[in-house]
Amino acid sequence: MDEIRILSPTGVCGSGFVESSFEAALAQKPHVIGCDGGSTDPGPAYLGSGRTAFPKEAIRRDLRLMLLGARRLKIPLLLGSAGTGGNDVQLEGVRQLVQDIAAAEGLTFKLAVIHAEQNKDYLKKRLREGRVRPLAPAPHFDEAVIDRSEHIVGMMGAEPFIRALRAGAEVVIAGRASDTAIFAAMPVMHGFPEGLAWHAAKILECGAASVVMRKTPDCMFAWLRQDHFVVEAPDPELRCTPQSIASHSLYENADPFRLVECSGTLDLTRSLYEAVTARSVKVSGSEFIPAERYTVKLEGAERAGYQSILIGSIRDPFIIRQIDDWTARLEEKIHARVRMVYGERLKREDYLLFIRIYGKNGTMGALEPVKEIRSHELCLSFEVTAPTQEIASTIASIIRHQALHLPIPEWSGLITAVACPYNHLDRGAVYRFNVNHVVEPDDPCEMFPMELFEVTAASARALTAEAAA
Amino acid sequence: MTALARLARLIRSKNAGPFELTFDIMFEDEQTYERVKRSGAVSREAVARCYGLAAADVKFFFCDNALAIKASIPRPVFQGDPRDSDGHGGQQYAPLMDIEIP
Repeated sequence: MDEIRILSPTGVCGSGFVESSFEAALAQKPHVIGCDGGSTDPGPAYLGSGRTAFPKEAIRRDLRLMLLGARRLKIPLLLGSAGTGGNDVQLEGVRQLVQDIAAAEGLTFKLAVIHAEQNKDYLKKRLREGRVRPLAPAPHFDEAVIDRSEHIVGMMGAEPFIRALRAGAEVVIAGRASDTAIFAAMPVMHGFPEGLAWHAAKILECGAASVVMRKTPDCMFAWLRQDHFVVEAPDPELRCTPQSIASHSLYENADPFRLVECSGTLDLTRSLYEAVTARSVKVSGSEFIPAERYTVKLEGAERAGYQSILIGSIRDPFIIRQIDDWTARLEEKIHARVRMVYGERLKREDYLLFIRIYGKNGTMGALEPVKEIRSHELCLSFEVTAPTQEIASTIASIIRHQALHLPIPEWSGLITAVACPYNHLDRGAVYRFNVNHVVEPDDPCEMFPMELFEVTAASARALTAEAAA
Repeated sequence: MTALARLARLIRSKNAGPFELTFDIMFEDEQTYERVKRSGAVSREAVARCYGLAAADVKFFFCDNALAIKASIPRPVFQGDPRDSDGHGGQQYAPLMDIEIP
């Protein structure tokens, strides 16, 4: 094989792509279609709760077109990080969508489902063996964190995809996966130089994000050869330039030259970017440095509590000029009132009270270098995170009453200090990311059990299934 | 002296995963990029000063082929934690706009 052609319909399954671009890309006869289905970017609530960041119907729309295109050309479709976080709840939701689409469209194919949700006993064992290492910066991680996590996923590399392809899978739906691994899998399987394979994958995983001016989420196409690759967006109005492609390695990475994967590090220090046409770019010189130890990154989310928020604003310049002192006094009054209501049943460390001040440092918090307030009004967001929604809601009511009437020395008599457009809002459960560590497995696939199904319009018949590690 | 915001085609910030923030300062042409790079005004230390950090906390890169300068810092609050103010990290770049370039 001297060329592999790879189609990426869009940056995230569910964010959409233009059908005419997709058809133009299929006409180029790709060998594989890949698509990333998730990210940590929408925040910990999705991994924690099992909901998806893009709505189910939007995922169905993209998935249907991809499945129809892949089956028409009889090429594999690889989807990673199914359902945003790639946990088992989200993976099952996407698997069900695939089954529904197959039934509606009369499709038949061999389906591999690869799990990324981690078994808690397995993680504790690896932790005790000293085979869980922190990245920087990392929150504290121990067995108690594992126990209270809603979901912990491992970010799979290319190997579980390769294993599925070798097992004859025509459609692969994977839980959390390195975005690049989805696209690097087939070229790595066929022995293409890994530096080029992973670099092309890095560009493909964001769809058309690396063009000069993206109009809307759309397709990207790569021709990977033994000593270079070429990328071009199928929409004839989109242009890739050497600068736009080189710039893409900056996006959402801490280090623009070195991208760490499970099996090694993609090194772009010596990458060369050349224009082929006015809209396509040739890349060569990218290198891959194999890792001494194979590592799998973990992502986990736990419930931080239940939240209620109250939004209000202040226009009185007397209060604005003493806002820090005012909020400090208010916090003490709120804590005192909570103590009065709950007594010993709720300690101060059981709930978190936070007052965000827009017009001061609401956007940047501790990073805000501007200290002087010049705003003639401030917006305050009073937030309470507590063990139950009922407690959070109760405290939010206390906040409102205390904030409204907190006195200031400039006025004598009862004041109403905050303008509230509406009552407090109950936000439900809120989550936090709780791990930034890697595991050293014995085998790249041991954390990612695979199930194989024969999907027909009528049913999905399980062929094989593995237990979790 | 010219403010960096008047020389760059794009200054942006974004999460680099849930635990780091990253800044991209991108230029339209090589001449402007070289002017800023050679001025020395945009440096690891300058970025650290903008955010009240120690220089050792800042990762800093010149990306010649992208005509871009890049810096990354640890997030003061992890993405999505109860005190986080910017889930995507998209509005943290404003202090860089005012860096004066000779």
